[in-house]
Amino acid sequence: MPKAEENRNKPIELTEVTITQNLEISPEVHLISWKRMHDFYPGQVVKITLDIDVPPRIYSVCSGNREPEISILFNIKEDGVLTPRLSAVIPGMKIWATKPFGSFKDDKSPAWWIATGTGIAPFYSMFLSGISENKTLIHGVRQLNQFYFEDELEWAMGERYVRCCSQEKSCDVFPGRVTEYLNQINNLPTNINYYLCGKALMVVEVRDLLISRGVPYQNILAEIYF
Amino acid sequence: MDSLFGKTLNELTALAIEIGLPKFTGKQMAEWLYQKDIGSIDEMTNLSKKNRELLSNKYVFGLIGSTKVQESNDGTKKYLFPTANGKFIETAMIPDDDRKTVCVSSQVGCKMGCLFCMTGKQGFQGQLSAGEIVNQIRNIPEWHEVTNIVYMGMGEPFDNLDEVLKSIEILTSGWGFAMSPRRITVSTIGIVPGMVTFLNQSEAHLAVSLHTPFDDERQRLMPVQIAYPLAEVIHEIKSWDFGRQRRVSFEYIVFKGLNDSPRHVQELSKILNGIRCRINLIRFHPIPGTPLEATDEITLQKFKDHLNDKGILTTIRASRGQDIYAACGLLSTKEMGG
Repeated sequence: MPKAEENRNKPIELTEVTITQNLEISPEVHLISWKRMHDFYPGQVVKITLDIDVPPRIYSVCSGNREPEISILFNIKEDGVLTPRLSAVIPGMKIWATKPFGSFKDDKSPAWWIATGTGIAPFYSMFLSGISENKTLIHGVRQLNQFYFEDELEWAMGERYVRCCSQEKSCDVFPGRVTEYLNQINNLPTNINYYLCGKALMVVEVRDLLISRGVPYQNILAEIYF
Repeated sequence: MDSLFGKTLNELTALAIEIGLPKFTGKQMAEWLYQKDIGSIDEMTNLSKKNRELLSNKYVFGLIGSTKVQESNDGTKKYLFPTANGKFIETAMIPDDDRKTVCVSSQVGCKMGCLFCMTGKQGFQGQLSAGEIVNQIRNIPEWHEVTNIVYMGMGEPFDNLDEVLKSIEILTSGWGFAMSPRRITVSTIGIVPGMVTFLNQSEAHLAVSLHTPFDDERQRLMPVQIAYPLAEVIHEIKSWDFGRQRRVSFEYIVFKGLNDSPRHVQELSKILNGIRCRINLIRFHPIPGTPLEATDEITLQKFKDHLNDKGILTTIRASRGQDIYAACGLLSTKEMGG
C-alpha cells in the first residue's frame, strides 16, 4: 500500500540556505534574510525549518522580487517549535528553505490590502516590488510599535496607508480594529479587489463585512496564517 | 489533575510504572477506559484498592459529558461537549439502517476560513486532545453501537495531526476500541505534509474537500489553496495505491452557478484521471450571511450523471440533520456567544 520508500516523507523541495541577516525590528519580531536564488512574485510564501527532520512552516516572503535577498517576518511564539530558535539564528548559520511558491498574487489594478500583525509581509513585498501605486494598505495591530516598516510606507503611500491600533492611541492612527475602521467607511468600493492576510478570525470577519457591504466574494483573496 | 482517558497503552504503562504499579496495570486500565461502561478510577475493580488510590492521587478518569443534545426529525443527534479550554465542540451521530456514524470534531473552531463554513466564523479557538476527540464517541449513549467514524466535524484534522493520529490509535488498537481502520475516514482540505504523514502512519480512509477543480475559484472558497494548491494534493494522492483496502474520496459541495457546470465535469475528469476514487456531492445548506447558494436538484442530478458518464463513481450524499445544522458549528458558535 505505501508509496515507494524512496519518496516517503522526503522533503525534496527544501534546500540549505545561509542566513545573511537577523534583525529584531520590534520586540519579539524578527526579519531574517538569505541570498535569493529564485525568481518569485510578491505574495508568495516559503517553507522554513531548522532541522531537516522537523516539518517546515510556511512564511510569506517579506522582500522585494528584485532584491538580492529573500526575507521573512515572524514573531516569536512562546510555545512554538520553530520561532524561538529561528529568532536566535546569526549570519552564517544554515537553515532549510524552499523556493517561493503560492498564488497570493496581485497586479497593478486598484486594490485594498488589509493585514494584521505580521500579515503585512506579503504587502510589504508587493510594495518593494513596485506594485503599490493603486493600492490602499490597511494595517491593524495591537500596539504602536507593531507598525512594521511604517516610516517607509507612510512616506511612499501617504493617506493610502492606514494604521489601526486597538490598544494604544496616537495621532494619525485609527483607534480600533481593522473591522471597526472598515465599518465606519460609508462607501467601500465594490469593484476592486481586496487582499487579506492575517489570522483566521480577522480574515473571516473582514471577508464577511466586505460581502455584507456589497463586495462580490470573487473580489476577495485571503491568505491565512495557520 | 491529568486525565487517564485519551492516553495510549504505552503512556498508561509508563505512568503505571512511574507511580509504582505493576507494568500490566497499563493494559488493565486501557480496557477499563475504552471497552467498559465505567466512569471513575474507583470502578476499576481488578486493580487493588491501594493502587486505585495511588492512581486517584494523580489522575482522574477524564470523561467529559455533553451539555446539550439536539435531535433531528431524521434521528440524527447533535451533541455539544465542553472542552478543557472552556469552549464548546459539536459531535453528530447519524443513524442509517444498521449503521451509526459519528462525526467528530478535531479542533475548537478552525484556522482555515473556508467561505462556506460556519465553524470558520469562530476563528481558531484551540486544539483538541486525543482524549477530547475519543470522548466524543465514548461519551454518547450510542457508543457501543457506533459502526463508523468520520473526522468531518469542526476543525481541520491535519492541523492537529499528532492528536488525531493518537485518537485513531486508541480507536483501532486491540487494547482500545478495536475498530477496523476501514471504518474510519479522515477528511482534510488538503494540508499536504499532514496528509502524507497520515497516509504513512494510519490505515484509515482519506477524504479530500475539493469543491472546484479550478485554482482561481478554489482559492476564493478555500484560502488553503494558496499554500497547498489542489495540483499538489492530487499529485501526492496519485502516488498512493487507493481503491482496494483503502479508499480516497473527494467531497464536493455543489454551489449554484459556481461549480456545477459541464466545464467543471470536464476538468474533474481530467485531474482525477488515474485515481480510483469516489466523488461525494454534497448539497449546500446556506449559513447566515453567505453569498453562496445551493444548486437545484435537477442540476445536481445532471452533474452527478455527467461525472458517472466520465467514469468517476459519483454519489449524492443524503442530507442528514438539516433541521439541527448537524456539526456545522452553529450550535457551538451560539454557545460561545458568537
